[in-house]
Amino acid sequence: MPDVLKVALIGNPNTGKSTLFNALSGLQSRVGNFPGVTVEKKIGRVQWGASTVELIDLPGTYSLAPRSLDEMVSVNVLLGTQADIGQPHAVVCIVDASNLERNFYLLSQVLDIGLPTVLVMNMWDVAEERGQKIDVAGLESRLGIPIVKCSAHKKTGVSEIQAAVHKAVAAGPRTVTQLFPAVFVTESQLLAEKLKGWGHPNVAPYLLERLLLDVGGWLESHFGGQHAHELFQYLQQARERLAAASCKVPMIEARTRYAWARETLKGLVVQPAARAVTFSDRVDQWLTHRFVGLAAFFAIMLVVFLSLHTFSPPLQDLLEAGQDWLSSQVASLIGPGPLRSLINDGIIAGVGGVLVFLPQIIFLFFFIALLEDCGYMARAAFLMDKLMTKVGLSGKSFVPLMSSFACAIPGVMAARVIENRRDRMVTILVAPLMSCSARLPVYVLMTETFVPDIRWGGFISLKGLTLFFMTFFGAFVAIPVAWILKKTLFRGETPPFVMELPSYKWPSPWIVLRRVYDSGMSFVTRAGTLILAMSILIWAAGYFPGNHQESDKIQAQIEEFEKQPEPPQEQIATLSEKQNELSGALLESSLLGRLGHAIEPAIKPLGWDWKIGIGVIASFPAREVIIATMGTIYSLGGDVDKAEPNLQNTLKSSTWPDGRPVFTLPVAISIMVFFALCAQCASTLLVIKRETNSWGWALFTFVYMTTLAYIAALLVYQIGSRL
Amino acid sequence: MTTLDTLSVGQSAQITEIQGDDAIAIRLMEMGLTEGEMIHVLAVAPLGDPVEYEIRGYRLSLRRTEARRVQIQSSPVA
Repeated sequence: MPDVLKVALIGNPNTGKSTLFNALSGLQSRVGNFPGVTVEKKIGRVQWGASTVELIDLPGTYSLAPRSLDEMVSVNVLLGTQADIGQPHAVVCIVDASNLERNFYLLSQVLDIGLPTVLVMNMWDVAEERGQKIDVAGLESRLGIPIVKCSAHKKTGVSEIQAAVHKAVAAGPRTVTQLFPAVFVTESQLLAEKLKGWGHPNVAPYLLERLLLDVGGWLESHFGGQHAHELFQYLQQARERLAAASCKVPMIEARTRYAWARETLKGLVVQPAARAVTFSDRVDQWLTHRFVGLAAFFAIMLVVFLSLHTFSPPLQDLLEAGQDWLSSQVASLIGPGPLRSLINDGIIAGVGGVLVFLPQIIFLFFFIALLEDCGYMARAAFLMDKLMTKVGLSGKSFVPLMSSFACAIPGVMAARVIENRRDRMVTILVAPLMSCSARLPVYVLMTETFVPDIRWGGFISLKGLTLFFMTFFGAFVAIPVAWILKKTLFRGETPPFVMELPSYKWPSPWIVLRRVYDSGMSFVTRAGTLILAMSILIWAAGYFPGNHQESDKIQAQIEEFEKQPEPPQEQIATLSEKQNELSGALLESSLLGRLGHAIEPAIKPLGWDWKIGIGVIASFPAREVIIATMGTIYSLGGDVDKAEPNLQNTLKSSTWPDGRPVFTLPVAISIMVFFALCAQCASTLLVIKRETNSWGWALFTFVYMTTLAYIAALLVYQIGSRL
Repeated sequence: MTTLDTLSVGQSAQITEIQGDDAIAIRLMEMGLTEGEMIHVLAVAPLGDPVEYEIRGYRLSLRRTEARRVQIQSSPVA
C-alpha cells in the first residue's frame, strides 16, 4: 500500500456525491480551485485504518467527454496527468441505485480508463422502497469490480467503502474490456501510430477514444502541438471512415455504452411490474403545473424572502449590540488616541459592518440548501427558463440572481449550480446589480430627506414609489447588461438546457447544515482577512495626517464627565459639539479629505461636493458606510443613524461656498442612482475573485459598474437640474 | 417522420434518431436519448417552454429547440 492512498470520487449530479464525500471525509476538507480553471477542487484527508487517504471530489457530471478546459480537469485527474493531484490509486464511482441505466453511461467511461474502481450504489433505500431488486453479487462478477450498497444521507454503507477501496487497490490495474466495434478499435490503433509519428508516443487509450469521438471537443483543438492542423484533418477523415462502416461518430458512443449498460443489467435488476405512482410523482404533477406550479413557486419565494426579513434583523441587531459592547470595552481600557481609534473606528466598525450580513447569508443558504437538497431547485429553473432566455441566460440563473436581492455574496456563490461557463460568468457579473439590503439605508436616507411627501389616496406615496423604483432599478439595468455581455465577451452557441429533474426527497438536515456552515465560514474568513486590511487602510486614510491631540483631550474630558454620578449634560453637549467640529476639520485635512477635494472636478457634474466625494471613497468596503462617513464629515460624530433627524437637517442646510444648497432633489436622486449601480462592496468583489478564480473579473465588475453608475448619475443630475 | 417537440402532454413515442453532432446532440445522446428508446411527455412549463419528459425511468427537461432535434416515429402512443 502507498503512503498516501489517493482516491478520486466521481458520479452523476443528484446522486448524493457531496453527501458521500462529506460522510467519508468528515470536516477535514480543503476547498480551492484547480489552477487556471473555475472548477472547485475539494480534497479530504482521512485515516482509514493504517493508511492515510486523500479523497479528491470531482465535479458531478453525466459524461467524461471534455468540451472545455474545465471539463478536461476530471479526465486529467483520472489519467494522473493533473500535476497538482498526481496519480490516483483508485476511483470511486457513485451511482443512483434507482436509476442505474443512465448512471452506467458514466461508469462505462470510468471503466475505460483502467484504474482500480469501486462502484457505490447510493440511495439504496429509495430503490428498495420502489420495490426494485438488484442482484449485487451477480453484478459484481459481471463487472469484475467491488460494489457497495449505500445510503449516504443515513450514513449506512459508508464504512464498507473503505474495505472495497483497499480490495480494489490490492487487486491492481484492471484489464479494460473493449466495448466498441472492431473497426473503431482499428481506427484507435491507427491514430496511436499517427500520433507517435508526431512526437506523442504514449497517448492513453482513453484519450485516443476521446479524440475520435468528441466532435468539437476540447482535445480535438488542443492536442497535437505543431501538428494540430494535420491531426484535425486526420480526425475528420477517420470519422468519415467510421461513418462508412456504420460506426457514426458521435452516435456510436451513446449506442455502444447504453447497449452495454442494458446488457450488463439484464436479468440482475428486477423492476416492480407496474411502476407505482410515487409520492414524488404526485408532488411533481402539481409543482410543475402551468398555474398551480407558478403560484407555488411565487409562494415559496415569498416565504423565503419574508423569513429572511423577519429572522435576520434581530440577529443583526444582536451583532451590532455586540459590536457596541466591544467598542465600549475597548474605550474603557484604552484612552482616546490613535490606538483606540484604530481598533474601534477601523477594525470593529469596518469588520463589524460586514459581519452584520452574516445572518442574511446563513438564512439564504439555509433555504437554498433546503430547496436544492429536496429537488425543488431544478423545478424552479424549469419554471423560469423561458423568462431568462429573453436575456440570453437560462432558468438556472434565476435563483442566484434573485438571491442577490438580499445580498450579492450568496447570489454569486449560488451561481455554482450553473455548469455552463458563459452563463455562469454572466450571472456572476450582473448579480451585484440586484438591489441588495446594503443599498436600502442609502435609499431611505435620501428619500426621507429630499423626496417631497406627496400622497395619493393615503396608501400610495411618492416616497414609497421612489423606494420601490430604486429597488428594481438595478435589475432593469441588468437586462441590457446581461444581453450585451452574452453578445460580446461571452458569445457562443446556446448551451443545452438538457436538465435532469431529480425525484423529490426529504432534505437531509446534515447536508443542509453543512452547506450553511461552509458558506458562513468562508464569509467570516473573508471578513477576517482582506476586509480587515481594507478597513484599516480606509481608517488610516481618514485619520492621517492630522493632529488629534486636542480632539482626544476633549474626548477624555467628556468621558470624565460621564463617569460622574450626575453627568453635567450641558457641558457635555458643548464639548461634543466642539469635538464634532474638530473631527470634521480633521477629516477634511486627512488624506481622505484631500482625495475628496482632488476628485471634486470629476464629481461636480454629478452635482456632488467634495464631502459626498469622501463618502463615496470611504464607502468602497461597503455601501452603507457612506452614512457614517457623511455623519462624521457633516460634524455629527461617527455614530449616525439613517433616521437621525440631525443628519437629515444638516444635509438640508449644507451649502456650496456661494450659498446655494448642495442637496437638491436631482442631487439626491443622482446619489441613489449611483449607489444602485456602483460596485461599492469589497466583499462582493472578493467573492467574484474567488468564484471566477481571477482578479481580472473582479476588476472588470468594478470598472463596468462604476462607469455605469457615473454615467447614470451624470444623466440624472444634468437632466434633472434643467427641468 | 416527426420530431419530439410536436408531442403533447401524456403522449409517448419511440426515438428514431438524434440529428447533428454538436454539443446539444451529444448531450441528448449522453442523457440516454438513443434510437429505439421510448420517451413520454409529462408536463409543459407555464410559459410554454421547456417541457418535462420521462426516459429510461427518470425525468428530464428539454427546451423545444432541443426537442426538435429528436426524430420520433410518426405514430405517438396516447
